[in-house]
Amino acid sequence: MQKKLILDSKHLDITLSRLCQQLIENHSDFSNCVILGLQPRGIFLAELIHQKLKQLKISVPLGYLDATFHRDDFRRRDAPPKASETRVPFAIEEKNVVLIDDVLFTGRTVRAALDAMISFGRPAKVELLVLVDRKLTRDLPIAADYVGKYVDTLDTQRVLVELQAQGHKQNKIWLINKD
Amino acid sequence: MSKLSQRHLLGIKDITRQDIELIFETASNFKDVINRPIKKVPSLRDVTIANIFFENSTRTRLSFELAEKRLSADVVNFSASSSSVKKGETLLDTVNNILAMKVDMVVMRHASAGAPHFLSKHIKANIVNAGDGTHEHPTQALLDAFSIHEKLGSVEGKKVAIIGDILHSRVALSNIFALKKLGAEVMVCGPPTLLPKFISSLGVQVELEVQKALEWCDVANVLRIQLERQQLKYFPSLREYTLYYGINKKMLDDLKKKIVLMHPGPINRGVELTSDAADSHHSIILDQVENGVAVRMAVLYLLAGAQG
Repeated sequence: MQKKLILDSKHLDITLSRLCQQLIENHSDFSNCVILGLQPRGIFLAELIHQKLKQLKISVPLGYLDATFHRDDFRRRDAPPKASETRVPFAIEEKNVVLIDDVLFTGRTVRAALDAMISFGRPAKVELLVLVDRKLTRDLPIAADYVGKYVDTLDTQRVLVELQAQGHKQNKIWLINKD
Repeated sequence: MSKLSQRHLLGIKDITRQDIELIFETASNFKDVINRPIKKVPSLRDVTIANIFFENSTRTRLSFELAEKRLSADVVNFSASSSSVKKGETLLDTVNNILAMKVDMVVMRHASAGAPHFLSKHIKANIVNAGDGTHEHPTQALLDAFSIHEKLGSVEGKKVAIIGDILHSRVALSNIFALKKLGAEVMVCGPPTLLPKFISSLGVQVELEVQKALEWCDVANVLRIQLERQQLKYFPSLREYTLYYGINKKMLDDLKKKIVLMHPGPINRGVELTSDAADSHHSIILDQVENGVAVRMAVLYLLAGAQG
């Protein structure tokens, strides 16, 4: 199994700062904006972004969204996908929603998340922020508005995000060859 | 682990503690779903479920139907009283005819113990037992245990007294299995004629005095006297049963600790519970009903997903 480092702790930090600046460019005062981290792994990234914005004296409501029950691959897998907690402690009606996930791969999770989100209300605008955008592997016409890093990958490869918040020693993003 | 060890839910006896914990975890996610403004998720969109009830039911059937509809399943209902069963069709024929119309899951209630087990050997669809005679009622036991888990934080180590007509109750048997698997201490309490002879071999304590049972327990699960199943006289009169085994609010208030009062319904007010006890702050009877939908959603979701 080959492992290649895509982003280390330092570069991750720089990337997150850049993503925050891009968000600020587009949202200025964030008055009508909310952040939704996608379960299970997007929530850690959402929390990091949330903290970084806080350091810049910007406070945005943060929620977690679980799309498990809206997935389209139910009954096509061996076991039913396991759900995580959804916590949306604010109304998203007429809000600008930023969905946050760690890796954008086929786009199917994001499709499910859009469905799941709409059951909470009708947002004014929805944007997608991802840390790693795996180009060339999309199944659906879905693109991210804010991208930490573009990576050319094959279907057989895997992107592994290790964050300190998830219990890892250091923040590291890996590209793994499965063979 | 996100998969049940069984293809069917026939009884609590057949499933593991891990299965029960997985169902609880999934159920709490569904409980969140059914408290949203939009209570529906598309998980079971391409699944057809037949509710086949050979015995009367309002609560269980409604609860299952709501669970199925909130998972976006297609639902067909069948009740024996208005069907060809009256014309002499066998159980297997009836169900095979329904399955020939491409049904994926069957939720079944039947007056004979073991009917769903028999069917599970002959048909492909997933079967959920919604009560078979005086044998098991697994989803009721799951929702009872889930309600205890939710109210008291865990089931492990808790003392649960099941009070009333144990002999005719499928809820009692399923509850005993579920609670024992989750590590609770279980006591059954009722008139000697309504306690099965070898019940203590299941590892439960037996108590004849309801006051002692209430003093012992953290949770009292009170059962209905199932007069419709009693061909014999098991006690002299309902009034006498109420005198010795009925629970009123004063009995609950006079206890040194606060206990949780449960009832699987339908309540016979004034028989096993007085109205003031049933409506008191001890009671979580309506929480049980709410949890019933979430637990049944979890069971259907996990069984349907395991077909893959």
